[in-house]
Amino acid sequence: MTVLLLAERTPEGLDERTLQAAALARRVAGGEPVHALTVGGGGELAGELGEHGVATLHVAEDEAYAAYAPVAVARAVAQAAARARASAVVAAGTERGNEVLAHVAALVDQPFAANCVEATAGEPALVTRVRWGGSLLEEARLHGAPKLLTVQPHAVAAEPTGGPPATVEPFAPELTDADLVVRVRERVAAAAGGVSLADAEVVVSCGRGAGSPEGFGIIEELAGLLGGAVGCSRAVTMAGWRPHTDQVGQTGTKIAPDVYIACGISGATQHMAGCRGAKTIIAVNIDPEAPILARADYAVIGDLHEVVPAVSAELRKARGG
Amino acid sequence: MRVLVCVKRVPMTGGTIVLTEDAQAIETKHLGFAVSPHEECGVEEAVRLVETHGGESVVLTLGPPEAVEQLREAMALGIDRAIHLVSDGGEWDPQATAAAIVEAIRSDEAANGPFDLVFFGNESADAGGYQVGIRAARALGRPVATGLKGVALDGAAVRCEQEAAGGRDVYVLPLPAVLTVLEGLNLPRYPSVPAKLRAQRKPIDASTPSRPDARLEKLRLVVPEGQSKEAVILGEGPGAAPAVVEVLQRIGVA
Repeated sequence: MTVLLLAERTPEGLDERTLQAAALARRVAGGEPVHALTVGGGGELAGELGEHGVATLHVAEDEAYAAYAPVAVARAVAQAAARARASAVVAAGTERGNEVLAHVAALVDQPFAANCVEATAGEPALVTRVRWGGSLLEEARLHGAPKLLTVQPHAVAAEPTGGPPATVEPFAPELTDADLVVRVRERVAAAAGGVSLADAEVVVSCGRGAGSPEGFGIIEELAGLLGGAVGCSRAVTMAGWRPHTDQVGQTGTKIAPDVYIACGISGATQHMAGCRGAKTIIAVNIDPEAPILARADYAVIGDLHEVVPAVSAELRKARGG
Repeated sequence: MRVLVCVKRVPMTGGTIVLTEDAQAIETKHLGFAVSPHEECGVEEAVRLVETHGGESVVLTLGPPEAVEQLREAMALGIDRAIHLVSDGGEWDPQATAAAIVEAIRSDEAANGPFDLVFFGNESADAGGYQVGIRAARALGRPVATGLKGVALDGAAVRCEQEAAGGRDVYVLPLPAVLTVLEGLNLPRYPSVPAKLRAQRKPIDASTPSRPDARLEKLRLVVPEGQSKEAVILGEGPGAAPAVVEVLQRIGVA
């Protein structure tokens, strides 16, 4: 079936998660053409999209697209899908990808499967999608037309096909004032701070075992020595010990550091959904039966209040200080 | 003002998820339940808005008879009354969920006037469909902003903040509006014992909608493979510190 891919742009070009979505879009298409859509420009991406198997790039042109307006993007998706006679629409499972496809689903009153890791064309289509932030998968039948789905980020590898540049077809979508009521009015810059949790190469985190807000002193010390960021569990933020921006988890920040040092973290699914991207996990836990030991690469069994300062001291010693 | 918050009852999963024999659900025999985390912040926000501006706050859930527990929890935090759409415990897909909620909103509004704000979680902890609030907004003909971590009433409008690369995006929506929120919007309070007792006496309006056929039709749940590892034990207590540093050096971060 012909598939329409919603392409998300970054200042540098295409979002890598769009290229991952393109790989699943081609699988759903099963040899039929894949079209793509950008809004408010993006024709210069025809080459890169072509390399990922896109035959035609629809560019929705309207000055309204200068600011993100989810309903206006959804209108363009619905109209481009009709122009392309697409039987399915695929987007990356980003916040915006999921938001826009949910609006498309509401506009055309069709079902929508968010965050799929696998999809097979058919009537109905078969999809495998993520639940519980990735701790569980759901196999489901997706009815309706067009099929609407997003692709779980970093679950499907991008697959360049080496295809020729996509043919660019600009069009002017029909928009109404009501489509622009919800739009970004301004962007407030974040206060400049230390290492951001999401981008940190090292994260040192602690759970309720810290004992108090002050108990995080030893965690901050170790994180500081490693040039990393401090994280915490949901129990810690719910107790008001640390700001929510420090929370690692399904409902907190998703991290992908080279090393994640998890101290006094039991390993609840809610937490692990946030640190699945960590390359190496070192757990410090007093309980040798803690579930995190079945998710960690290395572990120290012991009281974090003794182990963490000892690691900091050892690091200083190794550096000759 | 009138504020509605829609919540979902979800199990509190521990370290490992175990499925029922038919793979249709999580085995919850030994688990507690809670309001899905994002929605807990929706409840807190609704209570604060009515504390500040006066009016009425209402909590709504589509869930099994046991979901009364979550309605009482919300009322213990300060919500005035509840609407319970009693389900048979089977899975309602997002389209059916939104349709049932919209019907309940219309019926409540016909009797009591419009809700200025309707809160949803951005996505539920369990199904993670990312769409019920948006579908409801479309059906009600109201604007919707999603993924919010800041909400401030400004006359007949609401200023909303959403985290974005390098800062926060600001939306300004006219009322009435639908807002989907994220954990971190606020820090929900703990209910007091008197508040819990008061919640027992607050009214719950129950009805039993019928479940249409699912169009996103769950076949089975699967626990993903390859999550389990066996950690290399570096040692016990502070004596393990040199071994930890060695690992950090090998990775190149020490």
